Amino acid sequence: MSYEFLVASAIGVLVAGGIFLALRARTFQVVLGLTLISYAVNLFLFASGRLVLARPPIWDKSVSQYTDPLPQALVLTAIVITFGMTAFVVILALRSFLETGSDHVDGDTVPCDAQDGLGDDGESGQP
Amino acid sequence: MTLADHLPILPVAIPALAAPVALLAMRRRRALAVGIAFAAILAQLAVALVLMARVSGGTILAYRLGDWPAPIGIVLVADRLAALMLVLTSVLALIALLHGVVTRADRKGWHFHPLFQFQLMGLNGAFLTGDLFNLFVFFEVLLIASYGLMLHGQGPARLKAGVQYVVVNLVGSSLFLIALGMLYALTGTLNMADMGLRIAAVPAADQVMLRIAGLLLTSVFALKAAVVPLHLWLPRTYAVSTPAVAALFAIMTKVGVYSLVRVVPQVFGEGAGAAAWVPAPWLLPAALVSTVIGFAGVFVARSLSEQAAWAVIGSTGTLLIAVAGWSPESLGAGLYYLVHSTLAGAALFLVADVAARRRGSFGDTASPGPAFAGRGIVALLFMAAAIAATGLPPLSGFIGKLLILASLAGLPDWGWGWSVILGTTFIAVVGFARTGSAVFWKSAEGCETPPAPASRADMIAPALAIAALAALSAGAGVVSAYTDAAAAQVLTPVESAAAVLGEGAE
Repeated sequence: MSYEFLVASAIGVLVAGGIFLALRARTFQVVLGLTLISYAVNLFLFASGRLVLARPPIWDKSVSQYTDPLPQALVLTAIVITFGMTAFVVILALRSFLETGSDHVDGDTVPCDAQDGLGDDGESGQP
Repeated sequence: MTLADHLPILPVAIPALAAPVALLAMRRRRALAVGIAFAAILAQLAVALVLMARVSGGTILAYRLGDWPAPIGIVLVADRLAALMLVLTSVLALIALLHGVVTRADRKGWHFHPLFQFQLMGLNGAFLTGDLFNLFVFFEVLLIASYGLMLHGQGPARLKAGVQYVVVNLVGSSLFLIALGMLYALTGTLNMADMGLRIAAVPAADQVMLRIAGLLLTSVFALKAAVVPLHLWLPRTYAVSTPAVAALFAIMTKVGVYSLVRVVPQVFGEGAGAAAWVPAPWLLPAALVSTVIGFAGVFVARSLSEQAAWAVIGSTGTLLIAVAGWSPESLGAGLYYLVHSTLAGAALFLVADVAARRRGSFGDTASPGPAFAGRGIVALLFMAAAIAATGLPPLSGFIGKLLILASLAGLPDWGWGWSVILGTTFIAVVGFARTGSAVFWKSAEGCETPPAPASRADMIAPALAIAALAALSAGAGVVSAYTDAAAAQVLTPVESAAAVLGEGAE
């Protein structure tokens, strides 16, 4: 099993889990889903400079092969931005839950107790 | 280097400096913070006008950040289109900020002025940058600021809509990053001009990946532009935002359109080899459906601000019908309509607020309410804004739609564009007449007249927006000549590549 296959399938599994969670009705699951997607995106960006093993990341005249440093800088920027965004969306979801009494993404005002039954995650009524 | 050489960085630097200063001043001296905010916007307007004067002759200013050579470092590129968008942004920001200060909307929280400046920084940066990853960063700057501005004033309705808005845009940002990663892996560059030159060399085996990347990038821009079927986040978000903020947001959908106009010809243009014009066939159908759905929303909207939000979707669709022609004539007409529709959308949001402030508990719902004080003047303002938004003479919407129709006439699919634009204009006229007559003409029996507001100062900002629209129609010849030149410049990316990459580039 090659290194490329491992990274590619890891990204695939993360995206699949992320999309599944992002489509759920509760904000906490959606936040987790978005986090998984952003992990997958960061891995993907990292791999966009090609996967190279045991090479220096900085170009030098004496080496012929090196790791592309640019995707690492891009990933760093993306990590910082998604970290800030995730923190923001967590606080926002919390405020929204406290003010509206519902943690449904569509803002449906179902009382909290009634949400605990199974199966109403995906088919809650329209506001 | 003299100060004049640093001109392209100023639209980003001024709000970046003004925001923290306004934040510091806010606690002790509110008047000082307001003064800083206005001074910063006036400075941005002045810089944008000077930039426009310098590039209107056809020169392209490339500003190398840190003086790194172009494909390696980040460049800011000021051409005719970028200068036009900068001027439009600062004019709109001036009107929106004025309304926010006059209606005291900026007093509902501590962070209105700093967030407003950061929003402008993101917008100006997105219009100036010549680097795709930098475009992503400026998108995030303007989005983060817009989250804060959208939630300004708080309340359950805003929080509900806010969660959806943030989640949708986070997914959009992820898609943007995936598209960027693929384009970088295939071309080895993130500079737009450089990518446009290298994209033809992508081997045939990777063409599928290139198409996926191009279409993903187009989808992200379409999400920002609220093109159907990616429009569902917009109506609720804009309708519940503070009106001064919603007026500024009228330019947010145009950022998506601008990015399409900038990236598609430059990266996926004539020189892209097998991947040339990959996103083009999808754009016209989406634009046609957006126009129909947007103006159908205008027809059925339950409140004035909701109607304004749908009008934004419809006008963006109309604009994209012109853009999807990808000819200099249609793009030039589209850019004229872009300027118009931004100001018209803002005018609608502001007038809705002026009416809502006088109708007491009725707000801006489109149902008969009390006969409030000053109804005649507000009705006149609404009529002018509605005339502009629908595209009736004498305001600039009519000229914009006329230019678009004339430019479409020579294109193969002109029949679709003509019938949709003319049909939706009629639907919009009926929709605005319906809400206008309900709010300003009829009166509900037996409800008390709410107390009149202390002053009529809150009508200044919408009147200014309408005056700007009138000026746009009076100066239509000059403006449309400029937008035609801007469109021609955008569609010949070789010029901009030469300016960005220096003499050595092909």
